[in-house]
Amino acid sequence: MIQIKDLHKSYHMGSNSLHVLKGINFDVKQGELVSIMGSSGSGKSTLLNILGMLDEADEGQYILDNVPIKNLNEKIAAKYRNEFLGFIFQSFNLINYKSALDNVSMPLYYKGVKRKERTERAMHYLEKVGLAQWSHHLPSELSGGQKQRVAIARALASDPKVLLADEPTGALDTKTSYEVMELIQGINDEGKTILVVTHEHDIAQMTKRIVNLKDGLIIDDSPVEQIRASEQIRLSEQLKDSQHV
Amino acid sequence: MFDIERWQEIFETLSKNKLRTFLTGLSVASGIFILVVLLGFSKGIENGVKSQFEQDATNLITVWTGVTTKGYKGLNPGRYIQMKNDNFELISQKYEDNIEYETSLYAIWGAEVAYKNETGNYRVRGAMPDHQFIENAEIESGRFVNQSDLKENRKVAVIGRKLKQDLFKDEDPIDKNISIFGMNFKVIGVFIDPGGEREEQQAYIPLTTSQKVFNAGDNIRNMLFTIKMSDNFDEAVALSQNMANAIESELKVMHTVAPDDTSAVRVFNTLEEAKQIYSLIATIQAVFWFVGIGTIIAGIVGVGNIMLIIVKERTKEIGIRKALGAMPMSIVSMILQEAVFVTMFSGLFGLIFGLGLLELVGPMIDSDFIKYPQVDFNIALTTVFLLVFAGALAGFIPAYRAAKIKPIVALRDE
Repeated sequence: MIQIKDLHKSYHMGSNSLHVLKGINFDVKQGELVSIMGSSGSGKSTLLNILGMLDEADEGQYILDNVPIKNLNEKIAAKYRNEFLGFIFQSFNLINYKSALDNVSMPLYYKGVKRKERTERAMHYLEKVGLAQWSHHLPSELSGGQKQRVAIARALASDPKVLLADEPTGALDTKTSYEVMELIQGINDEGKTILVVTHEHDIAQMTKRIVNLKDGLIIDDSPVEQIRASEQIRLSEQLKDSQHV
Repeated sequence: MFDIERWQEIFETLSKNKLRTFLTGLSVASGIFILVVLLGFSKGIENGVKSQFEQDATNLITVWTGVTTKGYKGLNPGRYIQMKNDNFELISQKYEDNIEYETSLYAIWGAEVAYKNETGNYRVRGAMPDHQFIENAEIESGRFVNQSDLKENRKVAVIGRKLKQDLFKDEDPIDKNISIFGMNFKVIGVFIDPGGEREEQQAYIPLTTSQKVFNAGDNIRNMLFTIKMSDNFDEAVALSQNMANAIESELKVMHTVAPDDTSAVRVFNTLEEAKQIYSLIATIQAVFWFVGIGTIIAGIVGVGNIMLIIVKERTKEIGIRKALGAMPMSIVSMILQEAVFVTMFSGLFGLIFGLGLLELVGPMIDSDFIKYPQVDFNIALTTVFLLVFAGALAGFIPAYRAAKIKPIVALRDE
């Protein structure tokens, strides 16, 4: 699904040049759930932005679903983003004056789907994340976890090849984080390829493979024994109950 | 432009940002409103002043005489200068090419006019047929004095509307006889004068008849000429001034009056005065336009400013939209279409509101100097479109720049 070869990226700030990615190589197959880990400044967000075509690499090869991604102009990048990718952000990035339903149907609008079908499909995905009854609420009327669910529904709406999540649980408490991860695992179970950037080990353990970045290089790339988020939720509830007794 | 989906999206955005929409609209609507009202009142002042002034023809030269104040060629001062028919004919022939309408007058003030039991004192003026046009009088019924009335010294009269109301009430006066100092005159017409009631409280009879019945011989009291207007107003003013001066000096020669005697022969040139009034009106209009255009510019700057703020405020939203697959041009056109729609809608609203106010208040204004305030609809519409265009342009630059921002940068914007 994703092939990356020798990816380089530098940022220039005045006379200083910051070499963020120093030759990244990795492949992601269809249906994988990969977490990208690393301390801040390791280049993990930069990598995700390049994968998401929100940013461009200086050097290297990036092939997404057999399409080489290079020399993108804005128009093509917009088309690819709409077609191939779904984004989940740490800060949700919902449009605050639009209802949950309208937020979810936004990618479909840019895909050129007619209004009626748009609403139907958006509703379907809202149901999937368990927020059907919240469809007409504004983001400000939703909790953090609910907002992130709306964002996930939005990312799924255009049926992308790959979901890219940048610290999807970064703004959430542990319980809500696990609930969101449970949802992400469920989506992955249906065969969707998902990349998660995170610095939390427990979140990373819930994926199927951890890629560790340090100073712009991959230092470790290994599969993990996936911990199911539902299991964690059950365990923590049991723990709580036992404390009460 | 006609993509219904796009419009749905825009209406949704506008209706969910009511305050922003309202403020943008308000600045545009008030700009257009102020301009329309200003231009309306400028037109009203023009109409008012012109109607005050144009009770009579504006290109009029009036001649009347008085008593000499200076001795000249052995003649004593204190002599009354009496104009005769000859004087009029001479001048009329000499300036034939430049004269449009002409008349000499012999008037009696406070003549006793009666019909049946109704009696009153009115001015009776002996006049020539052209006098109708010089007075800008309109015939309500019947006709004015004509050439054959003059030739045959007919005892006929054209009466003013007020005089008719006084004496005839609702009766039709045509072909009825009125008496002037006991002499019977047949009423041949009723006239309306833009000068109002004062001018309509009089009767016109043929000049020759008046000279005869009032034992005036070939004496005349006034001479009135209107000059042919050329396309160039300044040229016409110069021509009429020259003519006025020439007539004055010729009459002085004919009647042996000192050239510097200002009271014996007087010539008044209306066009000279008209020029001053027109230039006053032009100045007033220029000031109003200046204020109006200033208002529009303020409106444009306001719209541009609001557009800048809107784009700034929406940077993150633009980033989100781009991450979801929005084309850069769709971002630009979304913002522009919104701007154009809001400015257009509120501009037209301001226009209609302004026109409505003028329409409503206009007839209620009871001033001689403001009449029928109105606005050229095309001018008003043009300014609306100008404002819309400028608003769009002012919105385009920030919108274009915003669409160019990398989504990653826009998303980071808090």
